[in-house]
Amino acid sequence: MIQLLNTLLIGITSGGICALMAISMVLVWRSTRVINFAQSGMALLSTYFGYEAIVNLKSFWIALPVAMIGGALFAAFIEVVFMRLLVKHSSSGPIASVAPIIATLGLLGIIRAIVSMIWGGQDVRIVGPLSNDGFTIGGETLVFSPLKLLILISVIVLMLLLSILFQKTNLGLSLRAAAYAPEIARLSGIKVDLVRTLGWALAGAAGAVAGMFQTINANGYLSPYSIEFSILLVSGFIAAVIGGLESLVGAVIGGLVLGVSVSFILMYVSSSLGFIAPFIILLIVLFIRPQGIIGAKAARRA
Amino acid sequence: MSLNVSNLTIHHGAICAVNSVSLALPTGRLAAIIGSNGAGKTTLLRALSGLNKPTHGEITWMGESILGKKAENLVRRGISHVSEGKSVIPQLTVKENLELGAIWRRNKKELSESLDQVITIFPRLGERLAQRADTLSGGERQMVAIGRALMSKPRLLLLDEPSLGLAPLVIEQIFQIIRDLTTSMRITVVLVEQNAMGALKIADLGIVLNLGRVVAVDHADALIANPAVRAAYLGY
Amino acid sequence: MRKHKESSHLLPFILGGVVLYFLSGMVDELRVYQGASIAVYVVAIASIILLTGYSGQVSLGHGALMAIGAYAAAVFRIEFNLPIVLCFVVAVLVAAIGGALLGAAAARLSGPYLAGTTLALAISLPSLANEFAVLGGEQGLLFDVGSAPLSLGKEFTQYKWFFWIAALAALTSMWLLQNILRSRYGRNWRASRGNEVAAQLAGINTARSKILAFTISAGIAGLAGALLSMTIGTVSPSAFPLNLSFSLLTGAVLSGLSTLSGAMIGAVVLVAIPEIAEVVAERIGSSENITTNLPGLLVSALLVLTVLFVPNGPVEQHHARKAKKAAKKKELNILTKPSMEGNT
Repeated sequence: MIQLLNTLLIGITSGGICALMAISMVLVWRSTRVINFAQSGMALLSTYFGYEAIVNLKSFWIALPVAMIGGALFAAFIEVVFMRLLVKHSSSGPIASVAPIIATLGLLGIIRAIVSMIWGGQDVRIVGPLSNDGFTIGGETLVFSPLKLLILISVIVLMLLLSILFQKTNLGLSLRAAAYAPEIARLSGIKVDLVRTLGWALAGAAGAVAGMFQTINANGYLSPYSIEFSILLVSGFIAAVIGGLESLVGAVIGGLVLGVSVSFILMYVSSSLGFIAPFIILLIVLFIRPQGIIGAKAARRA
Repeated sequence: MSLNVSNLTIHHGAICAVNSVSLALPTGRLAAIIGSNGAGKTTLLRALSGLNKPTHGEITWMGESILGKKAENLVRRGISHVSEGKSVIPQLTVKENLELGAIWRRNKKELSESLDQVITIFPRLGERLAQRADTLSGGERQMVAIGRALMSKPRLLLLDEPSLGLAPLVIEQIFQIIRDLTTSMRITVVLVEQNAMGALKIADLGIVLNLGRVVAVDHADALIANPAVRAAYLGY
Repeated sequence: MRKHKESSHLLPFILGGVVLYFLSGMVDELRVYQGASIAVYVVAIASIILLTGYSGQVSLGHGALMAIGAYAAAVFRIEFNLPIVLCFVVAVLVAAIGGALLGAAAARLSGPYLAGTTLALAISLPSLANEFAVLGGEQGLLFDVGSAPLSLGKEFTQYKWFFWIAALAALTSMWLLQNILRSRYGRNWRASRGNEVAAQLAGINTARSKILAFTISAGIAGLAGALLSMTIGTVSPSAFPLNLSFSLLTGAVLSGLSTLSGAMIGAVVLVAIPEIAEVVAERIGSSENITTNLPGLLVSALLVLTVLFVPNGPVEQHHARKAKKAAKKKELNILTKPSMEGNT
């Protein structure tokens, strides 16, 4: 029973991190109609910003907002100097449909190369604010730890803040309107280009949190070609697809579904399926419900 | 004259969609632009709201040139455009759709005043504020679209085929409301319509476009009486 | 569209082979090895050009398909001591089966979904090697094609032998692909890529056509994988990193996605980039961090710049510019005539 709860909580924690990544991919998809494969590179760079802040300021709770702001600014920069150029230049020929995909991959390569030029290829370490040693209940030591609990709570708080932003504020309404119907948004006086950049910035901040948490949730080690960030990218994408790619609520549900099912597979089937399990879940979802498990209609709701 | 268009020419690639069009409209008047498919009506209207870039010519509004200004900035100068085909955002609620129109004003008090005003004009929307726009009927959606435009307190309202796809009774109702907007609120309206008869009946001024050129301008009543226009556009 | 003469076009490939034969005798060992790498990349890039350029599907997982081919070849070599030619055939077949399965899933997916799915494959598949003892875990398997037959003479080095095998494989697969593309299947792919609905209305089974493209492309990728591990000597998960898939895509984009013969350009660039990077790094006398990451940066930057400024590859771009000039002349003619049709 305790083991079951343990597995569930671990799943929800890693699912929450996935969900943050999925949110950042959905935000970009909605504003630019691009799956941003560079999102993991952006999260990586932001996490290095966070690492620098920890080294210099010795506090995780200052490092987290530093990473978020850094990630937001960098994402906005990418949108303004890179994506606008891409949209302008690639509209014809056989490459038109794959150009954005290829361009974001190239961007990922550039970011990773630059990060390893600056910080080197070796591991650096980010230490979380709490211990990652599991709770002990009735003599049994669990995997679920105080640190994981903290991550879980932080993710929930961030999601609540995001949903307030989207549902209750003018900025949220502008973001949604610009995503669903750019022309109507313009005719309503919304500066769509600016709002698009803000959407990217928000995605960058969400990705930064995902990167920081992914790192401390694993073992705290960070390196430019770390597999953790590739996993983060793929699981974020899978979570977004499960949620129907259009919906933020869907992204959260997708992340939780993915996190919990992977956690159960690892615990009860085989602990070495960590890489292949998400891929199989993705294939199952694509075969059964290509539009995502949240029906197309409900999924449109932000 | 509050709206002045002179020698406006607009190209789509190599094709000339609007060719040296001139027109003038005093404040608080309703102009109907009619003509067959492909006459350049929508292109002309989209140029007035800043969605199209004209090749030549001049547009002035309240004595100032608005040529080449962006749509999102023209809203701030009192120009609201309702584009073709019930321009609402189906994923948003009715209330959110309406609020969009006033979003650039950032003033909660004005917003709720405008909302009350729109609900007075379209009482039916008041009952449906919390519903998603895709649950509405065609006529209700058109009301939301016009309502959104009114939320920005426009002085110039540009309407693109508000009657498209609606039932005759609903069309009559919508046209009546549009007429009231000019009469009681002194809003200047440019109405683009395929439904030529309905549009001319409520309009002060009628403009007939053909292949991008103005072929007739007159008082709306005079156009209805004009045998050539009757034969070509009114169908009798 | 340029017209092609209908024949099997064997001659240029034979000629190419003869030229390579003499060339390989004239250069030093390092160049011969690089020649072998270029031949491997030509095969791999051709498989992507076929898939993306002609059938309009994108794959970020070709590294994984190459791994499948390489492992298949190595396992059959070790377990059954199969002759080397048959090992390559096995590589093609097994990877093609994998490709057919993936293609069946892919045919239902549009661009970004397909890209993400194949990316997930590229990341997850190599880890499977740790699951089965027969695949040798992290260390991987040895893949030894043996040395050249004695009849070729004592002077005949191992690298030259690699080069011969790879060049022969490259010429054969290019020749095969060229002919497939000129067949009915090739036409179907181009038709479906242009407009899927129109192709369906014209009676093309677009789903089947896409799966076929994926299968053939995967088979060729499998061959490239086996060739790659031949030049390295081993097959291991680390030989097929995500970066390999990205490099191949870069090579294909640089080659111009719609010209098969351009595969050469991309392959040469991929092999040349580490050398160029070394020269540049030496020039600016930089730290080790920069030197080791410069090739990666150059590949990615080249990819981005190509997509932004020569999206259809240097060869195609040249043709397009010519076509554009011709079109402009026509357009002017239209403008001078009175326009007959308005448009809203």
